[in-house]
Amino acid sequence: MKPASILTMNNSKPIPMLEVQAITKKFGELVANDSVSLKVSKGEIHALLGENGAGKSTLVKMLYGSLQPDGGKIIWHGNAVEIKSPSQARSTGIGMVFQHFSLFDSLSVAENIALSLGKENDIRDIGEKARQVSEDYGLPLQPDTIIGDMSVGERQRVEIVRCLLQNPELIILDEPTSVLTPQEADNLFETLERLRAEGRSILYISHRLDEVQKMCDHATILRHGKVVGECTPADETASSLANLMVGEDVGDVTRSAKGADAGEVVLELNNVSQPAATPFAMELKGINLKVRAGEVVGVAGVAGNGQSEFFDVLSGETTSDNNSGVRFNGKDCGSLGITGRRILGGAFVAEERLGHSAVPDLSLSENLVLARHGSDADKFISMGAVGVINNKAVKSTTKRICEEMDVRKSGEDPDASALSGGNLQKFIMGRELDRDPSILIVNQPTWGVDAGAAQKIRQAVIDLTRSGSAVVVISQDLDEIMEISDRIAVMSDGNLSEPENADAITREEIGLKMGGLHDG
Amino acid sequence: MEMTEAILLTIFTAATPLMIAALGELVSERSGVLNLGVEGMMIMGAVAGFAIAKVTGSAYLGALAGMVAGSLFSLLFAFLTITLVANQVATGLALTILGLGLSGLIGEAYVGQPGVKMLPIIIPGLSQLPLVGKLLFSQDAIFYFSIILLVAINWFLFRSRAGLTLRSVGDNHTSAHSLGIDVIRIRYLAVMFGGACSGLAGAHLALVYVPQWVEGMTAGRGWIALALVVFASWRPWRIMLGAYLFGAVTIAQLHIQAIDIKLLSFLPSPLYYVMELIKSIPSQFLSALPYIATIIVLVIISKNRRLTLVNTPASLGKGFVPDR
Repeated sequence: MKPASILTMNNSKPIPMLEVQAITKKFGELVANDSVSLKVSKGEIHALLGENGAGKSTLVKMLYGSLQPDGGKIIWHGNAVEIKSPSQARSTGIGMVFQHFSLFDSLSVAENIALSLGKENDIRDIGEKARQVSEDYGLPLQPDTIIGDMSVGERQRVEIVRCLLQNPELIILDEPTSVLTPQEADNLFETLERLRAEGRSILYISHRLDEVQKMCDHATILRHGKVVGECTPADETASSLANLMVGEDVGDVTRSAKGADAGEVVLELNNVSQPAATPFAMELKGINLKVRAGEVVGVAGVAGNGQSEFFDVLSGETTSDNNSGVRFNGKDCGSLGITGRRILGGAFVAEERLGHSAVPDLSLSENLVLARHGSDADKFISMGAVGVINNKAVKSTTKRICEEMDVRKSGEDPDASALSGGNLQKFIMGRELDRDPSILIVNQPTWGVDAGAAQKIRQAVIDLTRSGSAVVVISQDLDEIMEISDRIAVMSDGNLSEPENADAITREEIGLKMGGLHDG
Repeated sequence: MEMTEAILLTIFTAATPLMIAALGELVSERSGVLNLGVEGMMIMGAVAGFAIAKVTGSAYLGALAGMVAGSLFSLLFAFLTITLVANQVATGLALTILGLGLSGLIGEAYVGQPGVKMLPIIIPGLSQLPLVGKLLFSQDAIFYFSIILLVAINWFLFRSRAGLTLRSVGDNHTSAHSLGIDVIRIRYLAVMFGGACSGLAGAHLALVYVPQWVEGMTAGRGWIALALVVFASWRPWRIMLGAYLFGAVTIAQLHIQAIDIKLLSFLPSPLYYVMELIKSIPSQFLSALPYIATIIVLVIISKNRRLTLVNTPASLGKGFVPDR
C-alpha cells in the first residue's frame, strides 16, 4: 500500500529529506516552539498533530522561511540550511499550501500562479502549464478564471497546483481539509497518494485523527510547543492519538463537588442554525443547549469548528429572525442585539480582547461605559434621553473592578492598549462580573494569559456560579475546561455535542469528539 | 473650422495634466495606497517647474524639476503612511494643504513674472494632415509623453511581471507578503511614481497651459484627477477617456459663457432653443460635472460585484504591518 515507506526501509543508511533539530521560537514571553525536532523521509506523509496553539503553524512557517527560528537547525538532505524567505524555501524544494489561502481574489488563476514562480518562467506560458499540471493530477482548473469567482475547494486546488508547479520535494499542507467538504477532501487524499507515489514528501498538519490514521506514515505530536510523542498512526488507536494530543499527564485539578443542585434552566438554545457568513466561517448546524443556574458548561473543540460563530449567536453579535432560538431567563431574545441581551441579564467576553472586547485607544473607564451604558443606564447615565455620562460613578466602578481583579496598570485610567494581555483580560472579566450577570458567556477566558491571572479568572467564574449564575466557557484549553466545568460539550464541524457531566467524561472521549469522531 | 480647431486644441491642453496626474495616482492606488495629496504634489511640481525653467531658461529642465519635486514631496507621504503606517486619508489631505501653502511661499518671488513656455514640437509631414495634424502632431513634449505614459502603464500593469506583482500587493498585502513579495518597497516606488506624475502634471500647467506662476494655480485639478481614477474604475484607457471628457467640460464652461446667443438667431429654431438651453446651464453645474459623473460611476461599479472585484484594489487605503 505504501511503496515509499518500503523503499526507505530497504535503504541501508537513509538520510532523511528534512531534519529539524531542536528548533526554538519565542514570541516575547511565549515559547511557541521549544526545542522541537522531527524527521521527514523521502516519499513519506508525515503528520504534525496537535491542538490549536500547540505550535504547529509556527514550526512550518519557519520551514517555509516566513519566520526565523531563535535556535536550532534545519537540515535538508544532510546539509544544514538557513531558510530566510519563502522564495528561498521554494528554490530549496519546499512548497506550502496555506490554511487561509494566500491567493489574490482579483487576479486570475494563471496570474496567481505566476506570482509565486520564478522569473525564468515566461508569464504568458504559465496559463498553459497550469492547465497541464492541473489535468495531470486530476485537479481541473481554468487558467483564466478569477479567484473571487471560485469555491473554497477550487481555491485550494489553485494553491496545490501553484505549489506543484514549483516541483517541490516537500509539500507542507496546513490543515488542508478544515475548509473542504468531505467530497473535496476525498479528492485531496487521492492527490496526496499520487504525490507520495512520485517520491515527494508531505508534511501534513491536522488535528483530524481519522485523516491522519488513514493517510500518514508517521506522526509527530506537539503540545504547548514541545514534541510529546512520535508514532506510526496505523499502529495507534484513535483514542491513543487523542491522548497524546490533549495530554493526559497534565495535572487534573480536583474540584469540590458542585452543580449537583443545579437550578432552573436560564439559558436555552433551540435548534439554532446559522449559514456561514464568509468562505472561512463555519456553519452552525442545529445547536441545542440548556444551561442551568449554578453550573459551568464548558465547550471544548479545536478552533475554527464554529466556536466564534456560536459565541456571536449567544452574545447577539449575530442576530436571527428566529427569536425563540435563543432564550435568556425564559425570554426569547434571538432577534435582540447585545445590549438587549445584557438588559436580560447576559454578560459577554469575546475572544479577541483588543479591538473586540475593548477599544484599544479608549481608556478603561470609557470601555466600561461602552459595554454597559445600556444595561446599567441607571448607574452610569443621567438625564435620560440626553444621556450624560456620570463620570464619578464610572471612575469609581473602574477603580473597584481594577482592585477586585488585581489589574496591574500604570496610572489611574490608562488606555486599554496600554495594559498587558492578561491584565486587560482581568479587567474585561471584572467589567462583566461586576454586574452580577445571571448568564455569562466567555470565549477563551485565559488565552495567552499567565498562570496566575488565569487562576484568578477561573476562580472568579466558579464563584459567579456559586452565587447562582449560569456560565458558558468556550475554550480550546482542555485543562481549563476540565478544571472549571460542571458539564462539557464539544464543538466540532459546526455541531455541538450533548453536554456530559465532567466527572463522567474522559479526556480521551473529548479528544475523539474534537477530532470529529463520535463515540461508536 | 479655425474656431473648432482652436477649441479642440485647448481641450487637449486641459486634458493632458489631468491624464498624467490620474495615471500616476492609478499606479499608486493599484498598489493599495490612496494618496489624496495629488493637488499638493501638482502645485509643488508647478512651482518647481516654473522656477527651474525661469532660472535655467529651459522648459525641459523645468518639467524634470516638476517631476523631481512631486516625487520628493510624495516621499514624505510614503514615509508617513507606509513606514509609520499613518492614516492615508488624513495624511493625503495634509499633504495637499502643505503643498498649497509651501508652493505659495516658494513662488512668492515669481508672482506676475513671465515664464518660459514649452514650445510645440512639430512633427514633419504628419503635422500637415488636416485637423489631426495640428491637434496630434504639433503639440508640446509633455502631450506626447502623456500618450506614451498611457500605453506604457497599461502594458506594465497588465502584461509585465512587475505590474502583476504591484497589483497583487494592492489586492492583498498579507498574501503578497507571505509569498515573499516586498510590499513596502513596491508601495514606496508606486507612491513616488505617482508623485513624479503629479509633479509633471503641475509643471505642464506652469509651462504650457499658462506659462506663469499664480498661487493655487492647480485650481482643483488634483481633485479631478483623483475622481478620474475612480471614474475610470482603475483602468488606464478609461482614464484617457475621462481626462478628455472632463477637459472638454472645463473648456465648454468657458466657451458657453462667451457665446452671444443673439448671433445664433440664424439657426433653425429647434437648434436655437437647444443652444439657449445650454447657455442657461449655470457654469457651476458644469464644474461639478466631473464629480457627479464619478459618483454615478461609483454607484454603477459598486452594484456590480465582479467589476468591483476585478478592478478595485481590495487593500486600498489599508496600512500594512508585516508580522514578525
